[in-house]
Amino acid sequence: MKYLQVDFEKCDGGRHCNRECEVACSKTLYKTGDVAYSAIRLLPVKGQDGALAINVCNQCGECVEVCPTEALRQNKLGVVLLDKKVCVACYMCVGFCPTLSFRQVTGLHEPVKCIVCGACVKACPRGALQVAEKPQPEPLIAAR
Amino acid sequence: MAEDYTKRTEYTGEAAQMKAAHVLLREVPFTPSLPELGYNNRTLHIDLTTLTVTEKPVTQQMKDIFIGGRGFGLWYLWQAIKPTTKWNDPENDIIISPGPLGGNTQYPGSGKSLVVTLSPQTSIPIDSNVGGYFGPLMKFSGFDALEIQGKAEQDVIVVIDGQKGVVRIETAPLEPSDSHVAAEIFTAEYAETEADRRNVSIVSAGRAAENSLIGCLNFSWYDLRRKATRLKQAGRGGIGTVLRDKKVKALVCRGPQVRGDMNHPADMARITKVATKLHKEIHDFDDQQCHMRRQGTAHLVEIMDAYDLLPVHNFQYGNHPDTKKIASWIWDARFTQGIPDGCWYGCSMACSKGADGHIVKTGPYKGHVVTVDGPEYETAGGCAANCGIFEPDWLLESNFYCDTYGICTITFGTLTAFIMECYQRGILNKERTGGLEMTWGNAEAQMELLHQMARGEGFGKIAGLGVLRMKRIFTERGWGDPQLLQDIGMEIKGLEYSQYMSKESLAQQGGYALTNKGPQHDEAWLIFMDMVNKQIPTFEAKAEALYYFPLFRTWFGLNGLCKLPWNDIEPEDNAQTSEPAKVPDHVYNYCELFSGITGREIQKQDIITMSEKVYNFQRVFNIRMGKGLRLHDTPPYRSVGPVTREEYESRAERYDTQMREEIGVNPDGLSVDEKIAITRRYREDRYQKLVDAVYTRRGWTTDGVPPVSKLQELGIDFPELVEVVKQHGG
Repeated sequence: MKYLQVDFEKCDGGRHCNRECEVACSKTLYKTGDVAYSAIRLLPVKGQDGALAINVCNQCGECVEVCPTEALRQNKLGVVLLDKKVCVACYMCVGFCPTLSFRQVTGLHEPVKCIVCGACVKACPRGALQVAEKPQPEPLIAAR
Repeated sequence: MAEDYTKRTEYTGEAAQMKAAHVLLREVPFTPSLPELGYNNRTLHIDLTTLTVTEKPVTQQMKDIFIGGRGFGLWYLWQAIKPTTKWNDPENDIIISPGPLGGNTQYPGSGKSLVVTLSPQTSIPIDSNVGGYFGPLMKFSGFDALEIQGKAEQDVIVVIDGQKGVVRIETAPLEPSDSHVAAEIFTAEYAETEADRRNVSIVSAGRAAENSLIGCLNFSWYDLRRKATRLKQAGRGGIGTVLRDKKVKALVCRGPQVRGDMNHPADMARITKVATKLHKEIHDFDDQQCHMRRQGTAHLVEIMDAYDLLPVHNFQYGNHPDTKKIASWIWDARFTQGIPDGCWYGCSMACSKGADGHIVKTGPYKGHVVTVDGPEYETAGGCAANCGIFEPDWLLESNFYCDTYGICTITFGTLTAFIMECYQRGILNKERTGGLEMTWGNAEAQMELLHQMARGEGFGKIAGLGVLRMKRIFTERGWGDPQLLQDIGMEIKGLEYSQYMSKESLAQQGGYALTNKGPQHDEAWLIFMDMVNKQIPTFEAKAEALYYFPLFRTWFGLNGLCKLPWNDIEPEDNAQTSEPAKVPDHVYNYCELFSGITGREIQKQDIITMSEKVYNFQRVFNIRMGKGLRLHDTPPYRSVGPVTREEYESRAERYDTQMREEIGVNPDGLSVDEKIAITRRYREDRYQKLVDAVYTRRGWTTDGVPPVSKLQELGIDFPELVEVVKQHGG
């Protein structure tokens, strides 16, 4: 399955870049430079004053199980996609994301997450991001 | 757990032919609308006698004083009926209203409908809080409330189509009235596509609601994962009986595709902030706290048993060695896990558990494969423990049939337990029950009683009248000692007790008996505060709790909210707050939610003030209907102390200690009967002192009447209310 892999050796938390990943993402997803709309974020690290670290969805799929409207599904590549037409903006996916990578953005009906489009990969000046593959986990919802 | 949770008996095969048999009696168009700041500002009124469909304005005064939900229901019912109205008079009104916060898809527990009617059981207003999609879908079609008055001549359905903007009254001669069938068929008939089924909700009852006084309503929603119509119940007080008396087979609402901003809130960001915070709390702590997501309220079964609070054998005892057979871990395995079991969008507490693959053992659906909605704690307490039936398959069986027949599981559990105790004591016997051996633990007899109730036959017909009327009938027939019947018949105001033992908690005795609608725990559940944690030791402290909590909890019913996400999940630091029992952080959430949706800024005290208007209005309403005075707040002694020798002896150490330390009498050398009498005098006197303290705190007279000055203080001194209280010294 595809996911966005972060090389934390190469990413220095925005100290020597202009947070190109966030800008590229928000422009790609919502045609805005406002990085609040970005699915990939540089967020403060708890207990480390001033330090930032990349936070982005790893496509684990736990949100799919939580979604009451089946708006969230994993596609053939394993990427969790949101169907805006049936999303009711309950934000349970936001509260239940184990990595806090599903975001609710003020002014947006649907929550925001990474769709592994690769825009940030191209934008990162340090080559810290890549679209990678990992084995597909067992489906969380199955007839049982 | 079922091998395949989508496998069940299907009932939609002849839906097209059934629908084709409908005759349109009335069709009235309306302009669909969405709420502004939580309100549509109009109500849909239907008179089934005249087949008229009208819109009524929701006034600013209604919003200011009655807020919505139960408040609107009580207000409309007051207008609809007279003091002499009986439950089956055409003017009796069923009102369904979700409240201004209802239907928001963010905050857990926000999809509740509040139903109010004049109860067949209590002859006073009943209010019931129920999940399912009907209320929110009706609201997003354009109405803050629905009123159903009058009586149809034949079985009808009322269809509110918020996509097309039309209300229809149609005959529906062929569909069964039993809810698990009716909800599935009507959903299939009125959804235009499979994807549209989520936009359809059905309100129905069942054949036992037609033949008893204890009928409930089922509110449906379509479960996308299971591909099934699921049911939640407006259980208490016989509302389903009223629905069927009006010859309504079902109410159908087809609403628009739901979005997250349909209430058009004043400030969406305030809502999403507290909602996502609560989602995360539930995600982080539910597995350590209440396990609601896996077990629903069934997680309480063994906890109540451990604290001697699980009603066993008609509330005689508080625990049983076989409780483990119906404990939470059993349900954890029976419930299909990993499904978002919310009864409305956004409820991450997800307590609407479903036991899939139950193969029905008895009755007309024998052999069918069904999904049972539950069992919830109350059903386990009532239908199982209280009747001494500790078999999970039989609990699923009684749960299934109560729901589909349209019978309240709480009421059925308590009244069956009463019958079984009467049988134990020889008040009833096989001859008097028409052959039913109502011994403790006899599940098959319990089920036959239920099937008789559904058919309106035999002893089941008498049982379906409820405990209050059974006591009268048994007394008239000379069966048993009237005083004993009074002591062990667990009802107040005509409503059966819900499933907690209040015997050792004075505050909870008040929590049950000093309620508006009758002994249901949704007003106040104070047992742990009182008996376990000893946080409210004095009469004044108990009275304060019996002032605050009923008012706080009333607010959920005004707004279309569920109580459970208030305190069945707590923030990590809740125990360190000044008032953990109130869950201060969640009270803050509710203020944010109300302010954020309605634009009316409120603080925590305002919650109490808003509720106090409606609570006192309901009390005056009870007085108007002849059942709202001190006399009517009297509990049966079984809920206050030990009635029988066995009960005394089962807790002899506790009672002897109380006698020595609190009563000041040395129990040594006294007979059990003497000790029961001494305990009874003490406890009944203590209860009356509690009543004095509570009435004082509530600002009522010693007879329990809100005086005119109280009505003025609350801004509800309408002439008709003033007239009622003046007649009773208020």
